[in-house]
Amino acid sequence: MILDSKIPEGPLAEKWDKHKFNVKLVNPANKRKYDIIVVGTGLAGASAAATFGELGYNVKAFCYQDSPRRAHSIAAQGGINAAKNYQNDGDSIFRLFYDTIKGGDYRAREANVYRLAQVSVNIIDQCVAQGVPFAREYGGLLANRSFGGAQVSRTFYARGQTGQQLLLGAYSALNRQIAYGKVKMYPRTEMLDLVMVDGKARGIVTRNLITGKVESHSAHAVVLATGGYGNVFFLSTNAMGSNTTAAWRAHRRGALFANPCYTQIHPTCIPVSGSHQSKLTLMSESLRNDGRVWVPKTIELAKKLQTGEIKASDIAEADRDYYLERKYPAFGNLVPRDVASRNAKLVCDEGRGVGSSGLAVYLDFADAIKRDGLSAISAKYGNLFDMYAKITDENPYESPMRIYPAVHYTMGGLWVDYNLMTNLPGLYATGECNFSDHGANRLGASALMQGLADGYFVIPYTIGNYLAEMPATKVSTDHPAFKEAEQNVMAITNKLLSINGTRTVDDFHKALGQIMWDYCGMARNAEGLKFAKQEIKKLRAEFWRDVKVIGVNEELNMTLEKAHRVADFLELGELMVDDALNRNESCGGHFREESQTPENEALRDDENYAYVAAWQYAGEGQEPILHKEELKFENVKLTQRSYK
Amino acid sequence: MAGNNPNAKLMNLTLKVWRQRNMNTPGQLVTYPVKNISPDMSFLEMLDVVNEELLIKGEDPIAFDHDCREGICGMCSLFINGRAHGPERGTTTCQLHMRSFKDNDTITIEPWRAAAFPVYKDLIVDRSAFDRIQQAGGYVSVNTGGVPDANEIPIPKTIADKAFDAATCIGCGACVAACKNASAMLFVSAKVSQLAMLPQGKVERKTRVENMVAQMDIEGFGACSNTGACAAECPVGISLENIAIMNREYISAKATSENVA
Repeated sequence: MILDSKIPEGPLAEKWDKHKFNVKLVNPANKRKYDIIVVGTGLAGASAAATFGELGYNVKAFCYQDSPRRAHSIAAQGGINAAKNYQNDGDSIFRLFYDTIKGGDYRAREANVYRLAQVSVNIIDQCVAQGVPFAREYGGLLANRSFGGAQVSRTFYARGQTGQQLLLGAYSALNRQIAYGKVKMYPRTEMLDLVMVDGKARGIVTRNLITGKVESHSAHAVVLATGGYGNVFFLSTNAMGSNTTAAWRAHRRGALFANPCYTQIHPTCIPVSGSHQSKLTLMSESLRNDGRVWVPKTIELAKKLQTGEIKASDIAEADRDYYLERKYPAFGNLVPRDVASRNAKLVCDEGRGVGSSGLAVYLDFADAIKRDGLSAISAKYGNLFDMYAKITDENPYESPMRIYPAVHYTMGGLWVDYNLMTNLPGLYATGECNFSDHGANRLGASALMQGLADGYFVIPYTIGNYLAEMPATKVSTDHPAFKEAEQNVMAITNKLLSINGTRTVDDFHKALGQIMWDYCGMARNAEGLKFAKQEIKKLRAEFWRDVKVIGVNEELNMTLEKAHRVADFLELGELMVDDALNRNESCGGHFREESQTPENEALRDDENYAYVAAWQYAGEGQEPILHKEELKFENVKLTQRSYK
Repeated sequence: MAGNNPNAKLMNLTLKVWRQRNMNTPGQLVTYPVKNISPDMSFLEMLDVVNEELLIKGEDPIAFDHDCREGICGMCSLFINGRAHGPERGTTTCQLHMRSFKDNDTITIEPWRAAAFPVYKDLIVDRSAFDRIQQAGGYVSVNTGGVPDANEIPIPKTIADKAFDAATCIGCGACVAACKNASAMLFVSAKVSQLAMLPQGKVERKTRVENMVAQMDIEGFGACSNTGACAAECPVGISLENIAIMNREYISAKATSENVA
């Protein structure tokens, strides 16, 4: 299989404009003859569905939640980047492009990232026109802040809930098209299979989560905007329902899965409090602008903290190790996410972690409060401090916060070309669901940007190019391919319901998460990954022998829903391990212990690994097949990231 | 392994939970004794524990809505001891922790109770009426592209902040559940006043309020009698003032209606 990224010819800055001119158009009168399915209604899905409707296509949109407004984009806090240069501080499209490709450790395509930076400016205009209440200055114009270590202030924000406000904007645009009858919305509906007819994606099979009814939906193209797969770790900052099922079932039908091992582990999350923990809560990394990260210098002191013998305030200044400031004097506490996370793990592995589990480091605001005053710190971070206090029952104004890294975002996803189409004709993937723009590490405030860029400004153009070449003839859901997919879904469901074993779905999910976290988390090595692969295989076999799913299909059955999702995570987990094992270099969120500099920093291997690893499903129990897309860099010079 | 409080005492509780097989079957409160609950657990994690035990026994777990568990998606609900989202103010159920309860407490857990929110199963209700109200006019009619530069629409900070306060509604339905009339006025008014305040929303302000209020009535929500229970129970603090703004918008729109339909 040859992976054709379909990157347009010409200079970087002209590729997208040229491509937009070259793509074929669907006549306005013909658009109503084409049907498009959009799965997922977060930023990438809702924006695409709304825009398709505005253009005149017939859209069916699906989400598992009770309303499209609840997609997990809503939980993004920090902001959205755009190269507006409103602050006159030297930002530009090229600088946003450069920062993003460098931040991704040179494992993304230049052309995609440049386009992302280009359309970023349109996103802000669009959202403001919808009535999204971004933060403003007293003069009435939009406010910006510097975010995630960026050297310019290009982040637009809406208090600590930018994701919610952007999603409600996209939701409102979607609602308008639902009211017009251009979009038909299917909430509480989950995609369980992809339907291919004559080599083209022509529909999906869904399960109604209230009635259990399995249904087929036919269309001319299918867009997956189903988010990331961080819940393979069980504990993550994702929503409880976030899952890989739609993407994975498409993978089983032939869509390539790219760079699955690229996982972002966010440094500022609230630590695990016990085995009952169901998910992890992230606190905006803006906290690192004023908070100082430290642990005690000695294991002895850490032990006393862990047992509750002493408190943080009992530790003298001289006995504290502000390890980020010490190791990275230039960036200090503002080093990128992967560096901050890995260093927290290092000090905890040394036995210097704090909290009763020893799996936490301090984020201390005492100096900032002394410098700026309590009210200034409260004005900046009040809502985050309140959230922390509510969850931990500790007052961060008085004692330092305890933080620990948690799985947050997955850069890998379905392989797509420049048009956001997977290798399966007619199947597209947008937002976190695809692999395309963040390389091996995503910068802060770039996820919202990519979701909306794909949905509002990229796919509405590129999908036309595909549909223009295709007859408007519809495929009936009586077609054998639909019947086969429906039977496949029912076969999986019936199998899950018939096992009646002794272990719950959550139990298996937690066991998988532990394997992934221990061996395919913040640091990976060949030995551990090989061991993890065997463990996952064993666990998967046990799942299909001993899982307990009760009830029937024809009802609201949350255990059955979870069982479908965990069954897929058990396959994806193994592929992530395969990918991590194959990539014997450290880059971005993927740290291979075998590949470090003498100072224990991540060491890339551009000669051997400057490629996208796209994996093909080879069948049950078969090893996946690796396809490589070489990455070419013509506009940036590859450098080793250094934050010293 | 306890987290922040290694000496926290585990609790034993009695739950009385609304169980209802589906929309067409009557439901009832069922009693479940639960043991060894850590005060560090969230309320939903406590229910997770109960459900794991039920499953192992081969009993149907308690169905409840939840997703982000960060207090922002609005998916979780639950009427706990007669209060929407439980005893703490300004808190969604997913952010409620068991330290808000005492050892040996009895906790009654019911779904949102409103004619416009029929029960699907156990504690899960159908809130699609909220979506239909938003579809009736909760938007600014702009297509993608062809909009002015973002900074061409200056908005005074005080107005932007006020609009923001209204925009923070998470659409959970606590206001309806808390209201003795099951009125949706706080929910509807939050969107109406957000968009009425902003220059982008002013163009359609009359038709918007008329259509959204009409849809609210069609859905079967009750009338507002200004008791303020909605705002008191709102987990994100949506102000009662929005209802006053909506009433004014509505009267003014009706007086000079632009609705051609």
